[in-house]
Amino acid sequence: MNASAVPFYRRVEDALANAPMRRAVQRTATHVLHTRAAALSRLDDADGLRDRARAIRAHTLSQLDRYLDQFVGTLETLGGRAYFAQTDDDAVRYIRDLVRTRGLRTAVKSKSMISEEIELNPALEADGVRVVETDLGEFVVQLDEDRPSHIVAPILHKSKEDVARTFRDKLGATDADVADVPHMTQFARRVLRSAFLEADLGISGVNFAIAETGGICICTNEGNGRLTTTLPRVHVALMGMERLVPTVDDLGVMLDLLARSATGQKLTVYSNVLTGPRRTGEPDGPEELHVVIVDNGRSDVLGGELAEILYCIRCGACLYACPVYQQIGGHAYGSVYSGPVGAVLTPALRGLADFHDLPQASSLCGACREVCPVRIDIPRMLLALRRRTVEEGESPLWVALGMQALGWTAKRPALFQTAGRLAAAMGGLAARDGWMQWMPGHLGAWTRSRDFPVPAAESFTSRWRKRHPKP
Amino acid sequence: MPVRPTRVQLLVTCLIDRFFPETGEAVVAVLERLGVAVEFPDTQTCCGQPAFNAGYAEEARGLARHTIDVLSASDAPVVVPSGSCGDMVIHQYAELLADDAPYAARARALAARTFEFTQLLVDVLGETDVGAVHTGRVAYHACCHGLRGLGVDAQPRALLACVKGARPCTLDEADVCCGFGGLFSVKLGDISAAMLASKLDRVVASGAETVAVTDVSCAMHMNGGLRRRGSGVRVRHVADLLAATGDS
Repeated sequence: MNASAVPFYRRVEDALANAPMRRAVQRTATHVLHTRAAALSRLDDADGLRDRARAIRAHTLSQLDRYLDQFVGTLETLGGRAYFAQTDDDAVRYIRDLVRTRGLRTAVKSKSMISEEIELNPALEADGVRVVETDLGEFVVQLDEDRPSHIVAPILHKSKEDVARTFRDKLGATDADVADVPHMTQFARRVLRSAFLEADLGISGVNFAIAETGGICICTNEGNGRLTTTLPRVHVALMGMERLVPTVDDLGVMLDLLARSATGQKLTVYSNVLTGPRRTGEPDGPEELHVVIVDNGRSDVLGGELAEILYCIRCGACLYACPVYQQIGGHAYGSVYSGPVGAVLTPALRGLADFHDLPQASSLCGACREVCPVRIDIPRMLLALRRRTVEEGESPLWVALGMQALGWTAKRPALFQTAGRLAAAMGGLAARDGWMQWMPGHLGAWTRSRDFPVPAAESFTSRWRKRHPKP
Repeated sequence: MPVRPTRVQLLVTCLIDRFFPETGEAVVAVLERLGVAVEFPDTQTCCGQPAFNAGYAEEARGLARHTIDVLSASDAPVVVPSGSCGDMVIHQYAELLADDAPYAARARALAARTFEFTQLLVDVLGETDVGAVHTGRVAYHACCHGLRGLGVDAQPRALLACVKGARPCTLDEADVCCGFGGLFSVKLGDISAAMLASKLDRVVASGAETVAVTDVSCAMHMNGGLRRRGSGVRVRHVADLLAATGDS
């Protein structure tokens, strides 16, 4: 997960100039937020369920060592293998070794954000492995050599016309093949079916791993997860080390909220729990199951002031709800995880040096906290990251000077009033009927698109003192 | 609050003090009309939120201590005509001063007797009809910190519903941020402006002549954009509407 070569402000400019992308994002976001609200309202006690889910996440993370040990133990009893990868490189190396020792040639993948995080595809392709994304959205992303712009809906930024063009240009689809969405889906299915039959490696993510049973739960809406995890002879499941639930009952709570928050569904269409590889006498399933448990910075986040971000169950609701994300989409964030959760998770895992812009990209409106199924207080953590940004000297000089000046004058009431009078006098010179159309320096970012009011000649304080003279 | 207070202290906020003094006077007028005496500790300045939100904790702490000192001279409840500054005093001070036990304790005591303006009117004083008159089409936009930090939503709506002559208009997505966000509005000015444009499209579509809010910061932002597009719609603090009685 490396920083983008293009600076943040340029990515934002590009995003804001991309009207079709913004329309697509806003249309879907508005739609999903409404279906989400409706799906939650059909629960008897949605708020109570969210409290329970949060408690489960908090409890699991407070004893993560114990639950990881339990999970690995139960998984191994079932015949699966676990590998604990401390870094992204470790995870990639383990999978490359598997590919080499098992002589694997073709990989089918269901959706996995962590595979993006560790940048697995390019490494496998460099080794000569054909990697085929089988989630429809990810399939399109791969054809376009693009990147997912949302953790659940990877092509949120594209229209159906964009997808039709891709299928025509990259796969030779005919007009009939791309006549409408059902035809495009059937077309993709035909292409993917042959890859499934050919593949000897299946790579998936993990929505939740269950400590008590050693099962891994994978949720997909297209059924591609089932084929990915059962047809090829080797299955590699990638999971962030925090993605555990203690029991099957806990899983039920999480699944109840995940689909409702992510897509407004009651349940994801295919919610599968896989318990180990194929056993003797079973007709289906992989010969080998490897669960790669990825740390990649998470241990350092546990126990700190940002630990709560590891409660995240990757539903993507905070992205839809975020008015900043709605304007700029996911790519502008320049990280695998975008939106409010990405603005905390990315600097938490990778540091602020390359990602200090992300925690600033928020008006702190709190919409993310409001929709989060596990009530993560994202604004609180954005503030913590802004404090770190100041401590690490990454805050711009003009902001530092401004805030120090505010901190100094506002402790001196008389001086504060004088400074205000001075601002009013200066503003008055530049104004037309009480409003400025231009302001100097960084303040010009306001007046580029908005008028700014001139301070009142006489403050409330001064008017009050005149009417209430002290004896 | 078991007993109806007969006097309150006004934390007017630095933005109202310097930019919109008549809104401060509107707050005083409404409270006095309801028989509540208003004290104004006149050495108050800024609550420190701009520094707090920008990550300047030390500067924010200094201003928090100053504000706590200023408001501790009297034991009267504090009224703040801003959900944003109200949230700062009520929810952030104690955490910000966690390492300073004496001030943290005073911060908690202050938080317990601090109320956003419409909360004071409705939840504490039990008033919804304050005798206000305003003729025209009025919509309501829910400012973020008041809404999500303090639960301010039903109170201003109830107050506005009692304003004589006001014809209510529905503002779609009334709870979506206008894009102000303090320093965010200049640090990421283009994103802020894009958020404002979405908001103002809905404001114009609502058919309202006036949009009522509980924070002048959001009003300033939205009015700045409305003026730039040449729209005659105006955003006003709810206190400005409540203060008008029709007799001039």
